[in-house]
Amino acid sequence: MREVVTGNHTVSHAARVARAQVVSAYPITPQTQVVEKISEFVADGIMDAKFIKVESEHSAMVACIGASAAGARAFTATSAQGLALMHEVLHWAANARLPVVLANINRAMGPPWTIWTDQIDSLSQRDTGWMQFYADSNQDIFDSILISFKVAEQVLLPAMVVLEAFFLSHTAEPVDFPEQEEADRFLPPRVATHTVDPEHPAAFGGLTGPDHYYELKYMEHNAMLEAEGVIKRAAREYGDITGRYYKMADPYACEDADTVLVVSGGIASTAKDAVDEARAAGKKLGSLKIWAFRPFPREAVRELLAGKKRVAVVDRNISFGQEGIFCTEVKASLYGRDGAPPVLGFIAGLGGRDVKVRDLLAIAEAAEKADCPEFNWYGAKP
Amino acid sequence: MTEKIDIRGACDMPPMAKSLGRMSWNKTGSWRNVTPVIDYDKCTRCMLCWKFCPDLAISCTDPPEIILDYCKGCGVCAEECPVKCIEMKEGL
Amino acid sequence: MAEVPKKLTIPAEEYICSGHLACQGCGAALAMRYALKALGPNTVYTVPACCWSVIDGPFPYTTLGVPLFHIAFEAAAASACGLSAGLEMVGKKGVNVVAWAGDGGTADIGIQALSGAAERNDNILYICYDNEAYMNTGVQRSSSTPWGAWTTTTPARHFKKRPKKNLVDIMVAHQIPYVATAAMAFPEDLIRKVSKAKDIEGTKYIQIFASCPPGWRMAPEYAVKAVRLAVNTRIWPQLEVEHGVYTINRKPRKYTPVAEYLKLQGRFAHLTEEQIEQMQEMVEREWDRLLFLEKSTHEMAGLPLAGEKAAASKEGGAGAAAGQG
Repeated sequence: MREVVTGNHTVSHAARVARAQVVSAYPITPQTQVVEKISEFVADGIMDAKFIKVESEHSAMVACIGASAAGARAFTATSAQGLALMHEVLHWAANARLPVVLANINRAMGPPWTIWTDQIDSLSQRDTGWMQFYADSNQDIFDSILISFKVAEQVLLPAMVVLEAFFLSHTAEPVDFPEQEEADRFLPPRVATHTVDPEHPAAFGGLTGPDHYYELKYMEHNAMLEAEGVIKRAAREYGDITGRYYKMADPYACEDADTVLVVSGGIASTAKDAVDEARAAGKKLGSLKIWAFRPFPREAVRELLAGKKRVAVVDRNISFGQEGIFCTEVKASLYGRDGAPPVLGFIAGLGGRDVKVRDLLAIAEAAEKADCPEFNWYGAKP
Repeated sequence: MTEKIDIRGACDMPPMAKSLGRMSWNKTGSWRNVTPVIDYDKCTRCMLCWKFCPDLAISCTDPPEIILDYCKGCGVCAEECPVKCIEMKEGL
Repeated sequence: MAEVPKKLTIPAEEYICSGHLACQGCGAALAMRYALKALGPNTVYTVPACCWSVIDGPFPYTTLGVPLFHIAFEAAAASACGLSAGLEMVGKKGVNVVAWAGDGGTADIGIQALSGAAERNDNILYICYDNEAYMNTGVQRSSSTPWGAWTTTTPARHFKKRPKKNLVDIMVAHQIPYVATAAMAFPEDLIRKVSKAKDIEGTKYIQIFASCPPGWRMAPEYAVKAVRLAVNTRIWPQLEVEHGVYTINRKPRKYTPVAEYLKLQGRFAHLTEEQIEQMQEMVEREWDRLLFLEKSTHEMAGLPLAGEKAAASKEGGAGAAAGQG
């Protein structure tokens, strides 16, 4: 079934089709339409779920943690300050190994107050133990949420699906929704283990000393590594049902490219247009969309970028005093490898500044100059 | 599981800190420096000592008995005994 | 030899085991023991950072005979709401979902989530065991620390100059079906209240006064005696507020002077006679306010107010303990 829906309503539909059983959320621009629509679904009985309308994002995540610990499929959505407020309990969800799924609408952090997009909110949560997927279209949002639930429940780690404020959240696009039976086949009801259940008393998360804490982290890391294979299998299975095959690192015209733009989120779809335009002008430009940020597709990045003349990473984020975060991740993946290309970092589009095709072409052009600095503020007016 | 649990490594652990063992392996009697002794001639079996023991270290039996494995020696039982038949003794 | 004695005033069943890590004479351990006697096995607990995070024991051990989910400090109420919704959605209905938090986790860092849960009237039982300071971290003042008390952050020469936060009235203001206070020196009353609360749909709030011998700078054997004195001096009135109607469950015929309560505890040792007199006046003012609330809320609800004698005898079960008061 194809419908024209906004990114936000796509999130609501995904929660419905995934049969989330407990939704707990707090309103924040630009996420509000997500929870408004879910409220309607639940009130109208279209969605068999409980919607806990909490008093803060912190409680939203905590209620999801409680529901997930009881064995239910739990979902929430937030943005920026809301995600930052959740930070403490994002760790709690991951360390408790609870497969909560969260949609984060990328919005820049204040002050100053801003509602427009960048990725610093979600990337600041990099080390919480959550999987992260960056969507480049409304279809991608929907598909990523379904795949996330499946993977999360298998590896017992929570997952975050990330979409950009306004460019995706408030933009209507055609989205294919699978039939409910198809979706159910891909994502059957959660088979929960280790639940809080009066019939099987146990304590969860009690004081743990150095003798055992270390091994718990070891297992958590291994689960994240295991997730890579599980994501690939789930994406293949999902593709077989829908015809849409997702890749953790998704190349576009990369094979013979001299220059590759590494991109994520909505910029990834703009990059395809930029690549098409450059190719039409006879330039060997390609792009690589990072869909899965955690676990990071290190092997794929190495393979796809090996032997390129240069790589330009476009980061709608920054780690102050260092560089763009995707840039660091790409460099870390390539370090010491044979044929590793030079990696050039470009900050762009912070606080919602538009990144258009011509901007990406300009970045590619700048990267091709022999004296291009390793780190660049694209378009900043000093 | 009331025994101490031997964990060699991750292979013996659930994926999260899920505790299935019981704390009763932990014999808190070793914390004690004074020991309650019940004078059963005076004891009326009112069970107040059992009722107010924070450590469940007095049996719910007739007559009540101090469970030395767990008694921490707090002295609440002696203080609460309405006929003062419990004495806290040192060096036991 | 031994058989179960016939005349017990509280249930014999235990849902916590020995070996836990509570200090000697821990009031919080007794409060947990009694609450679970009322709740029984069809119960789950969520516990934020507090003494009970430690008392229950380190991984891979636990003291409770029911599930205990540990959660972040400010999160007890919200996690209970999530557990309650989640258990219902997976088909486990009728489970008692209990948020069990200390006074810091309730009156300070956890009050936002508690207020949210109460405003929604989510189906949870929130129990605050109140030992009047951050005891687990080494006796720092909380908003539940009373006027006059020493803590490590309110040194004796600069003792706490603000009154204890009145959480009962705050919870009553949320118009939830059941708010009560209890004291772990009166287990029969405590068990009756928890039993009553568990059968009520919606948010229930019970605040249990629980002694902390190390934090109160008090000999452990006074753990029960001090709390009994708190009730008999009227420092800790035993109340029930049902749909806004206040009932004082225990009106001792003869009130013990607050000095009797204070002198057991090192945390009040610095108080001068004038200051003790000041506290006595504060206690009497609060008691008068409660008597007024009891009378007026009964009148407004058209309910008869039980005489003082009747109210006192409600406590009948605690006979032996009350006799010493």
